[in-house]
Amino acid sequence: MIQQNLIKVGMADLNIATEGSVLKTTGLGSCVGLTLYDPVNKVAGMAHVMLPSSEIARESTINLAKYADTAIPELLDRMKHVGAQQNRLVAKMAGGAQMFAFSGQSDSMRIGPRNVESCLEIINKFKIPVFAQDTGGNYGRTIEFDSGSGLLLIRSVQLGIKEI
Amino acid sequence: MAQFSKFEAFELDVLKEVGNIGAGNAATALSRLLNKPVDMGVPKVSLLPFEEIADRVGGMEQVVIAVFLRVEGEAPGNMFFIIQEDAAKRLLTQLLSLPHDDENGYSEMELSALCEIGNILTGSYLSSLADFTHLAMAPSVPSVALDMAGAILSYGLLQYGEMGDSALLIETTFLEDCQDLEGHFFLIPDPESFTKIFRALGVNVE
Repeated sequence: MIQQNLIKVGMADLNIATEGSVLKTTGLGSCVGLTLYDPVNKVAGMAHVMLPSSEIARESTINLAKYADTAIPELLDRMKHVGAQQNRLVAKMAGGAQMFAFSGQSDSMRIGPRNVESCLEIINKFKIPVFAQDTGGNYGRTIEFDSGSGLLLIRSVQLGIKEI
Repeated sequence: MAQFSKFEAFELDVLKEVGNIGAGNAATALSRLLNKPVDMGVPKVSLLPFEEIADRVGGMEQVVIAVFLRVEGEAPGNMFFIIQEDAAKRLLTQLLSLPHDDENGYSEMELSALCEIGNILTGSYLSSLADFTHLAMAPSVPSVALDMAGAILSYGLLQYGEMGDSALLIETTFLEDCQDLEGHFFLIPDPESFTKIFRALGVNVE
């Protein structure tokens, strides 16, 4: 097997990859792993989004990668900087699970689905097509995004490995 | 978030005592349940970046069994009781005489039993804490999950996500009879709860 260059994306973090490097983020629960890909230049980007909107932020300096509405524009900028073109980009996403089920569902407990909705809305705003998604459920996911092929590998404890 | 980095040493000690009292009672409950001595470690109180929290139980991708409940009342927060799979299997064998069948994963009965153990332990943790602080604290219905530690723990950090990239947690571990039946309690009070806990314990905060 060819040793691929692995770039880790932490929680509430984002990064880009080129030249066949692989982006990886681990332990996605209610967070969403969103990937963008330019198939011509083979530029890949990944964001580990934790919360749906920066409107609720109470921190003085916002971590752009944490919120769906700030992470996606930031990721776009970073990718354009290395040659990606917005009209060629395609999106894939995974995560947004509901890790624990409760009877009295308050809104903050539904954070997974809300993250997914928010990501989709913003992606649509930028007119980027969503090619595939593996979201929801009640299980955690680890994802790897190959900037060479644009394939997204999803691993979970209960369902093993799948590729979208 | 700045307020947390300014905690004085004695304030951290107060929080350690909170962990000590809670987990001490939980350890007693477990000891009665198993009819065996249970030891506990010195509680740790730390402000950790999100990334590092899962390292305490073996890393983001480590598969663990977690019982989660939301603490409601005057000092809300999130609470986790986390054990590794081998410890869970031993608990099941000892308590229910259910030999665990590795091939089929966990049955509903087994998960429900683990959830109930978590419920008893976190319940005794919280009730002793409520007695000690005279704050009203009520646990939500517990929920159990078998999954990656990172995915599970991130769920308890959302309240912190709105204000920073790290969370303050009170962690206590216990060991059963020197065997490696190791369990972790994580109490992650909501950011607003600290002032209330301190006030209730007579610590002056501005």
